[in-house]
Amino acid sequence: MKEDNFYHALEIDNDLCMGCTRCMTKCPTRAIRIKDGKATIHKDWCVDCGECLKTCPVHAIYVGQDDFQRIFDYTCRVALVPTVFTGQFSKYTTEKEIMSAIYELGFTHIFPVEFTTDMVCREMIRQMENADEKPVISSFCPAIVRLIQVRFPVLVDNILLVKPPVNASATYYHKVLEDEGFTPDEIGIFYVTPCAAKIAALKSEEGYEAAIRGVINMDTLYNKVYHVLKNRPKDHKSDCELPPSLTKKEMRWSQTGGESKHFPGRSLAIDEIHNVIDFLERMETTDEVRNVDFLELRACSRSCAGGVLTVANRFLTAERMMKRSVNRDKVPMIYAAENIDALAYLKQHIMMPPIPPKPKLLYDGPREEILKKMEQVRNLMCYLPGIDCGACGSPNCRSLAEDIVRHEAQFSDCVFMQRNMEKHGKLDKEHAFRLIEKTWGKDRLNKDCYKKGAKYEGQ
Amino acid sequence: MRFRYELEGGNFSRAGYASSEIKKTLKQLSVDPKIIKRIVVALYEAEVNVVAHAWRGEVLAEVDAEKITIRLKDEGPGIPDIPLAMQEGYSTASEAVREMGFGAGMGLPNMKKNVDELTVESQVGIGTEVYMLTRFS
Repeated sequence: MKEDNFYHALEIDNDLCMGCTRCMTKCPTRAIRIKDGKATIHKDWCVDCGECLKTCPVHAIYVGQDDFQRIFDYTCRVALVPTVFTGQFSKYTTEKEIMSAIYELGFTHIFPVEFTTDMVCREMIRQMENADEKPVISSFCPAIVRLIQVRFPVLVDNILLVKPPVNASATYYHKVLEDEGFTPDEIGIFYVTPCAAKIAALKSEEGYEAAIRGVINMDTLYNKVYHVLKNRPKDHKSDCELPPSLTKKEMRWSQTGGESKHFPGRSLAIDEIHNVIDFLERMETTDEVRNVDFLELRACSRSCAGGVLTVANRFLTAERMMKRSVNRDKVPMIYAAENIDALAYLKQHIMMPPIPPKPKLLYDGPREEILKKMEQVRNLMCYLPGIDCGACGSPNCRSLAEDIVRHEAQFSDCVFMQRNMEKHGKLDKEHAFRLIEKTWGKDRLNKDCYKKGAKYEGQ
Repeated sequence: MRFRYELEGGNFSRAGYASSEIKKTLKQLSVDPKIIKRIVVALYEAEVNVVAHAWRGEVLAEVDAEKITIRLKDEGPGIPDIPLAMQEGYSTASEAVREMGFGAGMGLPNMKKNVDELTVESQVGIGTEVYMLTRFS
């Protein structure tokens, strides 16, 4: 199978990976396999949702990020900060304290991600009114956009081609700074991301945002800010200029339901990637989903508050964001008289290029060949136990059967089949042992008191 | 490749399983998504018909490189007047079924619209057999 040009943010640290089955069984696109005792990700199928990272017990899955020191390559160092970031802190930490700490770390400007939300929303409604196919789907969550490309390619045309707020705000603020006299080389906009999918989307070849120069993981910035705050003297008075304030709608845009309530007609908000998959499957096969105009789909439970790179509990974050956003101005600052040029510029550049379908195909070749392979899978399923234990290194029996047909695994990788073959004298004990080691790593079956959960763990 | 799925009269929550499975197969065969959609719509309608009217039934599907044929056989009351049942809006569905959002009298007409060939054979008091064929190109 050819590899496509998706950029992936999720990486596996082989030194830390202990070779369990958790990430493999959690992956919504079944893109993970275990080989030689380590997890590997099938790049074509991964949508960067981060479910594997969330479930990994030894933190072996990580999100590659840009070196923080890179911000100093620029005169104009912009932190593009989403509301979710302030939501990481309790109400006892003021916005001013958080922002002043970000400045102290070396940034010269702070700009809110959701600043352009109202413009984005207007463009979405405009496109929705002209759409032939309903429901239209929001382009907000990049993991969902990829999920649709890979698993529901028919629906790519339903996605609204509007830049999500992060891209729109970067486009807008870059223009503002240019108008203030900075050259593009001097402007370094760094996005503080709550998730892996955003990084992947921004860095892909199809990356539709040249204005963003780097990405900083939210947990990294949280640690740095928290460190600054903790080391301040008790009587420290934070003094800095606050970034432009947001309206309630803008602040809540990244929450579950934050988009859907602003669209005319029938709209639905669905979060958590397995829920989204279940819903889209139903939409494709039954006529249960009728007359829905707009779908807000988010990969994480509680949307961005539940992003893989957040630190605080997602329910608390969501509640704090709600609380911090009450009693806000009704009029978006973006329409204030200043920066009219940047507003006009954004209007021209708010659209996204079309999204190509990238279906997850299991087999190459003409239809007759594929049918034969599918038939082979069904034959193999007659023998495999159907326990879906994952001991073969594939997420379930069916995936193993498919892997075998693709020549990426062997029938004897199944531990139950090994038993059967031993019983019938087709496999000797030594060989069976080597097969297990091939999947799970050498000496994997030896006693090891230092492993996670064992008596000398951590010593 | 052959598929067989059983249908249980009155169990609407399970209707759609056959169409969902067939859909996955057709996706892997890279059949034109528009054609997949039509096949799935027709099969789902057919499943709902069996569940709504019959006592039990089965779906027998056969897929090859060029086409899919689907046969739905049921044990049920049968259709006394097939041309009448083929008219849009004609329905014999019970009040209970209509309350669940089914039984608008669009089943058979909708199926006919979405497949290349459709034949319906029925014996009153015994059951109905629906045959559908769709070519992939």
